[in-house]
Amino acid sequence: MTLAIALFDNFWVLLTVKLLAVVLVLIGFSLVIIYAELKIMAHMQARIGPWFAGGRYGWAQPLADALKFLQKEDLVPLEADSPVFRIAPAVSLMSTVAVFVIVPFSPTLIAEDLDLGVFYALAVGSIGTLGVLMAGWSSANKYSLMGGLRAAAQLIAYELPMVLAAAAVVVQAGTMSMAGIVDAQGPDALFTIPGTDIGLPFVMVGQIVAFVIFMIAALAELSRIPFDMPIAESELVFGYLTEYSGIRFTMFFLAEYAGMFAMSAIATTLFLGGWYFPGLNPSVFGPAVMMAKVSLLVFVMIWVRVTWPRLREDQLQSAAWRYLIPLALGNILVTAVLKVVL
Amino acid sequence: MSFTDWITDARNVVFLVIALVMVGAAVVVVATRNVVHAALTLVVALAGSAALFVMLGAEFVAWTVVLVYIGAVVVLFLFGIMITRAPIGRDSVRLDHVRRWPAALIAASVFGVMAWSTTAAFGGEEISDGVLKAENIGDLLFSRYVIPFEAVSFVLLAALVGGIVLARKDPDR
Repeated sequence: MTLAIALFDNFWVLLTVKLLAVVLVLIGFSLVIIYAELKIMAHMQARIGPWFAGGRYGWAQPLADALKFLQKEDLVPLEADSPVFRIAPAVSLMSTVAVFVIVPFSPTLIAEDLDLGVFYALAVGSIGTLGVLMAGWSSANKYSLMGGLRAAAQLIAYELPMVLAAAAVVVQAGTMSMAGIVDAQGPDALFTIPGTDIGLPFVMVGQIVAFVIFMIAALAELSRIPFDMPIAESELVFGYLTEYSGIRFTMFFLAEYAGMFAMSAIATTLFLGGWYFPGLNPSVFGPAVMMAKVSLLVFVMIWVRVTWPRLREDQLQSAAWRYLIPLALGNILVTAVLKVVL
Repeated sequence: MSFTDWITDARNVVFLVIALVMVGAAVVVVATRNVVHAALTLVVALAGSAALFVMLGAEFVAWTVVLVYIGAVVVLFLFGIMITRAPIGRDSVRLDHVRRWPAALIAASVFGVMAWSTTAAFGGEEISDGVLKAENIGDLLFSRYVIPFEAVSFVLLAALVGGIVLARKDPDR
């Protein structure tokens, strides 16, 4: 009886602590990424706000943005399907939060190392599509509906190359556990620099194709430029986000930036060796190494946004179905053959 | 075992919450007047079944339910509904059928047979040596169950080709 109560306490306390940690990490990093995007864009496109807001370094810009969104009125259109309209942003944000559970920051600093980590991340990530469709339909607005449909078509099309690119790494590593995949590139690496025992990340031992496919698909999954047709303002006002304002818009906004972090963290784990860096003790420097690599990928995503124009809808679809998916399948084939031969 | 003992086990609380939500969602799926709401509550019911699989330790099945049923099948349902007609509020088309009572009877009988056969086969027996890890599932699929596995993939391929043939229009001659 007492043992049962102890277990009960333990389980709920542990669950609450882990959930809180995941949510706090998510919000913290999203704020930093939003600030980084504003700064980088300000430098690349000579925008004034993020240079001067708050005096030095424009540090107040993300806070000002957040306050602006929070004090805006939370409008629900009269014709809208109210419950679905209200839940949609939460569904979108939750699917991103759930991915954070399996992101490894060091050999021990991981909320839960699932045996099926990669599979889990891709599965819960796919729920985001549902939030977008819900938002598009429930707004009772033709632009929203068109945006929702475009988004759903895009997310389904690019989920395949993403899963297939990740599958090639899983074949090479021989495990789906996120920690196991990092181990396969670090401490007990499959491939090392000849003559030393320094492990090589998968991107340097043949998975460069999968890495490029994964990053392209990640941009499309996040609906960021050059894949932002679902919210193309010149065609669809703001797509499925047209009717959203205030806190619910902020949730979609947060989901995008948290999504950038989540996608970069998965890509870092799969291709760039996660928390491993030769010579640095992972239990001390692990989180810092991980964050440095993630920040690099986030920077590339912002860079692409600032410099690329938007693709056309049919180009987007043909890029996924006619080029990326066959390429990813070929990559799996080559990986599997080499895995057996070598 | 008294109810207080039963309820102090965290696993039972979690099971109770999931099961109640699933039953509620399943009732709404068939009772709602709006076809989009039916699809969305189906997601809740499917998510509940995935959660139950996680509780049983069958992680692979659970994430497959999420990836395939929620992430793909229901999304395609919604896509199909929205691209053809997107009713807000009450659907103009009746989502009912004259043979609803025979259908309810068959559903209840299927539930009865399934519940009876599982309890009759396993009872209160605890299965400790289940196949839990993805590695073991893969080993089994490609050794002992390789023939059924290949047969299923062949049938799926046939269904895929059949779907394309039915959907495409032959060019006018």
